Amino acid sequence: MANNNSIKTKLIYTFIAWTISGLIFFPILWTLITSFKTEAEAISASPSLFMFDWTLENYEDVLARSPYFNHFWNSIVISIGSSILGLLIAIPAAWSMAFVQTKRTKNLLMWMLSTKMLPPVGVLIPIYLLFRDFGLLDTKVGLVIVMTLINLPIMVWMLYTYFREIPNEVLEAARMDGASIGEEILYVLLPIALPGIASTLLLNVILAWNEAFWTLILTAANAAPLTAFIASYSSPEGLFYAKLSAASAMAIVPILILGWFSQKQLVRGLSFGAVK
Amino acid sequence: MSIKKSIIACCSLFLSTAVLAETITIATVNNGDMITMKELSKSFTSENPDINLKWVTLEENILRQRVTTDVATKGGQYDVMTIGTYEVPIWGKQGWLRELDKLGENYDVDDILPAIRNGLTVKDKLYAAPFYAESSMVMYRTDLMAKAGLTMPKAPSWEFIQKAAKAMTDKQSGVYGLCLRGKAGWGENIALITAMSNSFGARWFDQNWKPQFDSQEWHDTLQYYVDSMTKYGPPGSSANGFNENLALFQTGKCGIWIDATVAGAFVTNKENSEVAEHVGFALAPDNGLGKRGNWLWSWTLAIPASSKKSNAAQRFISWATSKEYTELVAAKKGWVNVPPGTRASLYNNPDYMAAAPFAQITLDSIQSADPINPTVKPVPYVGVQFVAIPEFQGIGTAVGQQFAAALTGQMTVKQALQSAQRLVERAMRKARYPK
Repeated sequence: MANNNSIKTKLIYTFIAWTISGLIFFPILWTLITSFKTEAEAISASPSLFMFDWTLENYEDVLARSPYFNHFWNSIVISIGSSILGLLIAIPAAWSMAFVQTKRTKNLLMWMLSTKMLPPVGVLIPIYLLFRDFGLLDTKVGLVIVMTLINLPIMVWMLYTYFREIPNEVLEAARMDGASIGEEILYVLLPIALPGIASTLLLNVILAWNEAFWTLILTAANAAPLTAFIASYSSPEGLFYAKLSAASAMAIVPILILGWFSQKQLVRGLSFGAVK
Repeated sequence: MSIKKSIIACCSLFLSTAVLAETITIATVNNGDMITMKELSKSFTSENPDINLKWVTLEENILRQRVTTDVATKGGQYDVMTIGTYEVPIWGKQGWLRELDKLGENYDVDDILPAIRNGLTVKDKLYAAPFYAESSMVMYRTDLMAKAGLTMPKAPSWEFIQKAAKAMTDKQSGVYGLCLRGKAGWGENIALITAMSNSFGARWFDQNWKPQFDSQEWHDTLQYYVDSMTKYGPPGSSANGFNENLALFQTGKCGIWIDATVAGAFVTNKENSEVAEHVGFALAPDNGLGKRGNWLWSWTLAIPASSKKSNAAQRFISWATSKEYTELVAAKKGWVNVPPGTRASLYNNPDYMAAAPFAQITLDSIQSADPINPTVKPVPYVGVQFVAIPEFQGIGTAVGQQFAAALTGQMTVKQALQSAQRLVERAMRKARYPK
């Protein structure tokens, strides 16, 4: 009887999980399907899920009209560059907070996180002026810096919670053996925390890839990533839903594939990380 | 020896051209006419090998946010900006734009329609050149009108529109008599309702900048809008903008649609419109008070004061807004796809008039809109469907939210107007009007 109940509960949970997953995935699926329709089919009052004339026309148009690969390259440089730079800063910061705590460490961590609660538009003008004066507008270097700064609080938090799991005695032993701070971090801490560092890196790549405020405001023609590429297909006067869907699919598929292959790391990262 | 010299000369020429070529960055919206301009710009660069073009194409609101930030901080990211008739007088007055005084001898400025040109001129200086312009008009289904036993006049009244909408509505078949913008925003429902209010005798402000939403004229306007949309509009109309209504009209769900004249080319396009053969056009409605409910808008090309490549930028603008460009589009894409509404010569062209069934209505609508005297009673501002003051984007959207709430039934018409009156009074007090 108890066994039957447990199977029933499992089935219910599985059904709920699949329903929620379906609801979350449906807009992406619909975007993918629409990208293979004609513009007329895309706005049809009785849309079809699979029974329509599939076409690659939208992808051809998008590739002919926009320098997709330039945007793609910019997204790669910005997301990976900011993630690596962020790790270089976040690892020592998280180390000191995890292993050399003071009474103000918690406050400092909370303050760092609180900067994420500030609406970005609140600091738009000062950052724009700084970028203008330092010649960073529409440069990949500028965006790498700003993406690093935006995601740094989350990176520090994630790494901090990871490092807290590592016994201090391990690091103390290294110190007893004469390791410097750099050696202690590089040869002892990093190998142990590698899964956590990898998931922090992956999450940051995804966050930087999807960021669509600063990447739109601070770029023009040279450093614009895929977010700007998608925005160029949205029109206030004209129905380009199929082309917009094709552009969106081309922008999200790379990160979707990365997410698919690294989902175990990501789930582990999120369950051990800042939300723990 | 001579071959060697020739090679060196050729290389030098190539290198000097490459080194001297200036690159101008053009920010534009993703509208059909702009996409055509980008496609045909190869013709410009082949005629002007010393100028390279870089394009930044964005959605209208994102573009507005970006170019406003850039022009206000003198960021210098763009050399040519696509801006609307709302921005030009404000930015021109602020000194944020360069005067267009080097458009060339062959650039026929006097050919630009006066209604459009006036809106782009500040103290007799032209600050932007119109790329395409639009007003608003009535688009209707001729087959449904015939079925209802009615004939649409060339210049209908609001009363007739309501009568026709009632006759055409067949909710069981999914046909709705009247489709109007309902989405909240200064460029969305407010564009339509403000233009509509002009024909009802209403105005945003009196001569002392006192908001007028407590007037009977505003009450009549909003009551008509809410009543008509509730009875004859499609479900969920408070989420509908231009694109949503275009999709509804093209798929046969709307009897009458009042919106931008630029839609004429879309609804008569047989590739995308299921009702292309049954579309008629008429002037925007009125109430017999001397003003029709049509707006006036133009997408223009302007040069920010921070651009260091003003000469090259003016050459590009001169090319893109010239009569020759119109002919180029006609040759490559057909007359019906020519950017409309800016030059008188286009409407004297029999080829264009034959190809575009909506051309005469577009011209009549543009010519009847008067941004300097937009309302029945006098006003201290310029603009037909907007008030050309910097505060309007904010207050326009806030008032649009109140009107959308009235449409969804969250508020009564009276409550929405009271709320609009309060919030505009507060905003104007904070901005220290009258100035």
